[in-house]
Amino acid sequence: MIMTVPQQWITVLLIAAATMLTRFLPFVLFPARRQTPAYILYLGKALPAAVFGLLIVYCLKEVNVLEGSHGLPELISIAVVAALHLWKRQTLLSIAAGTVCYMLLVQFVF
Amino acid sequence: MDERNRYLKAFRAAFPCTLPVLAGFGFLGLTYGVYMNVSGFGFWYPLFISILVFAGSMQFVAVDILLAAFHPLQAFLLTLMVNARHLFYGISMLEKYRDTGKKKPFLIFGLCDETFSINCSAEIPPDVDKSLFLTFVTLLDYLYWVVASTAGGMLGSLVHFSTEGLDFVMTAMFTVIFLEQWLKDRSHISEMTGVLLSVICLLIFGADDFILPAMAAILLTLTLLRKPIEKGGDAA
Repeated sequence: MIMTVPQQWITVLLIAAATMLTRFLPFVLFPARRQTPAYILYLGKALPAAVFGLLIVYCLKEVNVLEGSHGLPELISIAVVAALHLWKRQTLLSIAAGTVCYMLLVQFVF
Repeated sequence: MDERNRYLKAFRAAFPCTLPVLAGFGFLGLTYGVYMNVSGFGFWYPLFISILVFAGSMQFVAVDILLAAFHPLQAFLLTLMVNARHLFYGISMLEKYRDTGKKKPFLIFGLCDETFSINCSAEIPPDVDKSLFLTFVTLLDYLYWVVASTAGGMLGSLVHFSTEGLDFVMTAMFTVIFLEQWLKDRSHISEMTGVLLSVICLLIFGADDFILPAMAAILLTLTLLRKPIEKGGDAA
């Protein structure tokens, strides 16, 4: 450990403060008691769909399609999730089946 | 409806929605705790850091920060960058969290990727107390993370992982929610904007630096395409 214990906790508190800043800022800028600008309301409705796309890419950011397993376990498992979900529309089933499929692929196949 | 019944009903609606997060946080939290332990930190470090910060990916980054020299401003700015995506969650939840009263500060405090995903997409039954449902989801996810990371910190290298690949449960959950969103919308402009621009930015900027440019590109595109998106019913 290079840092002293107080220095460590100052660092932790600053990381917590910065995290809370990113979470509270929109609610502080656009408080419930005031009319939220129409543009922000529009963003609030259009953003989630785009953000879930961003989150999927974020989860897969370390996948390398040029080396190793070429991202095949990820591709196959996502296809399983999507196909099963379009068929049954059972959220937990789709998630569980896709995860088990991925675990089997990375542990035994690739 | 009496008070106890109201709570029970909201809990019963909320708990099943959090099951994927229980699996995901159980695994990732344990991994984080073990990582902290083998990096030389006692279990109270993951315990209090999870209680105070509650941001999975940032906590992994913070392990390296805590092992390096004391650079408080750098740690603060790096956290702002890594967690900038929360700004989008907040904007998306302004309306849904509007009438949550005293529970609102806690709901905002606990707005991580997974809690946002559930609370943003959940179809809450009309006879369930909405604020209580949102609070239970937030609280359960929070507890899963704190308990799992503390357990990992206590057990340390005693934990033997035969669970490789379990972290995919989060990817699977985001995929299902993305798909639901896709089926609900007519024009799919927002969905394609999110995926395409993220992939393009990932290819240009690399895994460590793509989030901020991707967010800027998404914001710009959604702003420019406001008319067709509102007309297409994506924002309905």
